Amino acid sequence: MFDQLSDRLQATLSDVRSRGKLGESDVDAAMREIRLALLEADVNFKVVKSFTKTLKERCLGAEVLESLDPGQQVVKIVNEELTGLMGGTGRDLAFASSGPTVILMAGLQGSGKTTACAKLARQLGESNKNVALAACDVYRPAAVDQLVTVGERAGAHVYQQGTDADPVEIAAWALDRAREEERDVLIVDTAGRLHIDEALMDELAKIRKRTKPHNVLLVVDAMTGQDAVGVAESFAEAAEFDGVVMTKLDGDARGGAALSVKAVTGKPILFASTGEKLEAFERFHPDRMASRILGMGDMLSLIEKAEQQVDERQAEDLQKKLEGDRFTLEDFLQQMRQVRKMGPLSGLIGMLPGMGAMKQLKNADVDEGELDRVEAIILSMTPLERANPAIIKGSRRKRIADGSGTKVQHVNQLVKQFDQMRKMMRQMMSGQAPDPQQLAQMAGGTPRPKYRRR
Amino acid sequence: MPTTWQEIFDLGARDAVSSAAEPESEERRRGVFRRLRESLSKSRQALSEEISASLFDRIDEETWEQLEEALIMADAGAPTTAEVVERLEQEVDSGAVSADGEAVRTRLIEILAEVASGGRAPINLSGEPAVLLMVGVNGTGKTTTIGKIAWHLSKEFGLSVVLAAGDTYRAAAAEQLAEWAQRAGAELIRSAPGGDPGAVAFDAIAAARARGADVVIVDTAGRLHTESNLMEELAKVRRVIAKQMPDAPHETLISIDATTGQNGLRQAKIFSEAAAVDGVVLTKLDGTAKGGIVLAIANELGIPVKLIGTGETLEDLRPFDPSDFAQALLAE
Repeated sequence: MFDQLSDRLQATLSDVRSRGKLGESDVDAAMREIRLALLEADVNFKVVKSFTKTLKERCLGAEVLESLDPGQQVVKIVNEELTGLMGGTGRDLAFASSGPTVILMAGLQGSGKTTACAKLARQLGESNKNVALAACDVYRPAAVDQLVTVGERAGAHVYQQGTDADPVEIAAWALDRAREEERDVLIVDTAGRLHIDEALMDELAKIRKRTKPHNVLLVVDAMTGQDAVGVAESFAEAAEFDGVVMTKLDGDARGGAALSVKAVTGKPILFASTGEKLEAFERFHPDRMASRILGMGDMLSLIEKAEQQVDERQAEDLQKKLEGDRFTLEDFLQQMRQVRKMGPLSGLIGMLPGMGAMKQLKNADVDEGELDRVEAIILSMTPLERANPAIIKGSRRKRIADGSGTKVQHVNQLVKQFDQMRKMMRQMMSGQAPDPQQLAQMAGGTPRPKYRRR
Repeated sequence: MPTTWQEIFDLGARDAVSSAAEPESEERRRGVFRRLRESLSKSRQALSEEISASLFDRIDEETWEQLEEALIMADAGAPTTAEVVERLEQEVDSGAVSADGEAVRTRLIEILAEVASGGRAPINLSGEPAVLLMVGVNGTGKTTTIGKIAWHLSKEFGLSVVLAAGDTYRAAAAEQLAEWAQRAGAELIRSAPGGDPGAVAFDAIAAARARGADVVIVDTAGRLHTESNLMEELAKVRRVIAKQMPDAPHETLISIDATTGQNGLRQAKIFSEAAAVDGVVLTKLDGTAKGGIVLAIANELGIPVKLIGTGETLEDLRPFDPSDFAQALLAE
């Protein structure tokens, strides 16, 4: 169910621990799994080849640490290498010292340029910049209309001349207007074009020449397969782009194209577009992308964070309680507080491997306010009630509700959910996979603390 | 024998009508092939291009590795690639196929074409009116494809088409389809933005019935298969259509962008669960991507490719031909 690379590697490297070091055949076996995983993730074949070569060198002779099994150790190394490859010398947007900053957006048809233009406009508008857009796609039916509509939503003015004018002229004219009107930023939307379409790549080069952009961004769909490299190389040559916007990352495409583009062109990925809403736009995080490509969710960050928070002995005690079904609301309160220290819960839920498949959970947007309420309810309980929620009936419920400033139905809901959660935890401790429906039901306010299996 | 328009569409009782429609002039047919060759020649040569010459000069271990590489780079995916290569290797080893370049090359094309033909069936337009539903992820070319299909149905078969602007979410989506309706000579039914897509489909079918139109094509908003609420919405649109016409939609096509990697398989699978997909339209084949993901889709899900899109104009649509596709897959 959780298609984890580390599980596969663990199976492959099962007898390594006794030897303490990774030998050549171990590493070769591991590289085969990794190669498969990367190809599944759509990383370009040739990039995979050269990447696993570098990786092999690092893995040979690597110490197998006590705290992680060999599979996890290799995964950690792979993750680090991938992150390094995709991060490195990042680059922010370049801004003009005077006059409008020009950002030129380019890419294949359907990659998400127009939506990305509006999102970028909105984001820059948030830092009080006066943003305008230029509608230079005169080919796609209603493209201008689309940009005008989303541009307005983003709070940006759209310069357009319908579909009868020449895109190069529209761009040049828009820049003049942007200067006259003292805009801070001009984002130029262009038509989707094939990298092998000479005439259109020529047009792009001309737009570039006339507008002298401070940033040229290549927009790439996260589900792009092996073709990403060819596309990126051609656009690099014709448009000399400075950075990449990855789009449709809210899907479950692993996004290997990100690695391919970076590896082959050296250009950084600047932004990640994560949904159709204008707000779904953020800086690109190389480490998150690395984990995603490996199909790991953000397991490693979670492990590291958990390690920081959880005392070994406490974890052992907790495990015993869960197994013995002696887990109480008091314990729950403690765990919840620790988990909350780790950061906003919705982010954490997304980090769990395989959670992509349970999107209901991610979109549930666990409400911090609700957790506050849960905490208040538990604090209004007596130690006896926390230890044995079954006794909470009638007048106790009322007292707890009043004491925590909530309603009786909230108290009932908590007790019910807690019961369900205990049941599930018992199941998981005994090795069964949790029922996704139950998980989704629980999504409203009862976090599930995750611990390493011992 | 390349697949023809007559073969790819099942027009039910309308077959009589189609043969009465003006036969395509030889001139125009040649023109179509010239265009196709031109659009495909930007990166690779004509459809009959041989597999990379050196690949089968010698048949050895390296041959199989290189073949594997070629198929992976075409996005066929590791499982389907392994199957194809192992099968061919085994046939050569056992002597079923003689170990010379020509024989192996020919056999490979056969195997690939066979895999690509998985689940093959014509596009069902036998309903009166016939209802065709287009679905797919954002940006894959649904709306453009609808324009092309409408145009071909009207030009090739003299059919009257009604388009339903079922994308009520995306900015200017209805305007975009309106433009295509105009170019294709089809009627457009739309609602206000934010309207209910099911209602638009309903109105379009009602309008088609009232006017005696032959085909209704329903556009839907692009959506990621990972959005369960949007997939549920799609299932709902289908139910609305089925309530109105028990066998409808008669055909549901998913558009898959040729540049899509392994995620295409997930897309086809999940969309199928929500909307019983009958076939794939493989779009943007005029680029450099080979669209090999459809091999995996046909092989693992049994969903066939029925049409291919080769450009942004009305004419850039062809019936899918497994042999041509197989040859192009391995061409340089």
